[in-house]
Amino acid sequence: MEPDWINGLAGGALIGAAAGLLLLGNGRIAGVSGIAGEAVEGIAGRLSGGLSARWLESLLFVLGLLAAPAIFGALGGDLEVSFAAGPATLIFAGLMVGLGTRLGSGCTSGHGVSGGARLSRRSFAAMATFMAVAMATVAVARAL
Amino acid sequence: MRLPISLAAGLLFGLGLWVSDMADPARVLAFLDVGAIATGGWDPTLAFVMAGAMAVSGTAWRIARGRAASLSGAPLPGPPSKVVDRRLLGGAALFGLGWGLSGICPGPALTVAGVGGPPIALFLAGLLAGFLSFDFFLRPKPAPI
Repeated sequence: MEPDWINGLAGGALIGAAAGLLLLGNGRIAGVSGIAGEAVEGIAGRLSGGLSARWLESLLFVLGLLAAPAIFGALGGDLEVSFAAGPATLIFAGLMVGLGTRLGSGCTSGHGVSGGARLSRRSFAAMATFMAVAMATVAVARAL
Repeated sequence: MRLPISLAAGLLFGLGLWVSDMADPARVLAFLDVGAIATGGWDPTLAFVMAGAMAVSGTAWRIARGRAASLSGAPLPGPPSKVVDRRLLGGAALFGLGWGLSGICPGPALTVAGVGGPPIALFLAGLLAGFLSFDFFLRPKPAPI
């Protein structure tokens, strides 16, 4: 068995560096749901500031995420991913993730990586909730 | 500087997801499946990813506390809100349900978008519908940005 914890720590450090760069460079919290939500809402005409420079920043962050596999693949990385859920479950799960992260003001990155790192009580509460519900969901799905 | 910084941060973030293999929903589900601890089949990798990410991002937050503004001049975020309400916990619970059903959260969904075929397209269609239904039905007015 390969030592996956090394890749885990290294990949995590890259994610933390991305969050640090966005914070110290642009003063923004690297929360993917907030940034992607804002990019989408700007396109839908739902941002009161319109398609501002801030909106363009959000769009570029999303573009960076989209482009990452091209670089990882060019460096010889394995781009294989597998999905356990069926089509209807994937659509429903996407809907819950989209709605839930916007309603709860964050996902694994905003509440987890950044909120946890800045010792936010709100983020700890959110993280405990989504971790517990996700683990319970997997347990129920396994039992069915 | 602000635009190249955003692009670079998105790229680094995505690369971190690929290097750690957390772009793969199967690996995330293997972490969330804590029932497998008893049988020795549990995959703890996500915990190492979070530890690595928090160590580096925590250092950045400590540096930020000693500064008046970000490098681009934009203000740094103020202290976090302490309000824990139904909206926060209800949203987190809905997110946890979707995450547990699929093994996919927003960062991985986007970085897998170009290479994940039809399954990720279905998830992204749901995600988009979720973002927009929040924006049109659950937020009283457009975001004050």
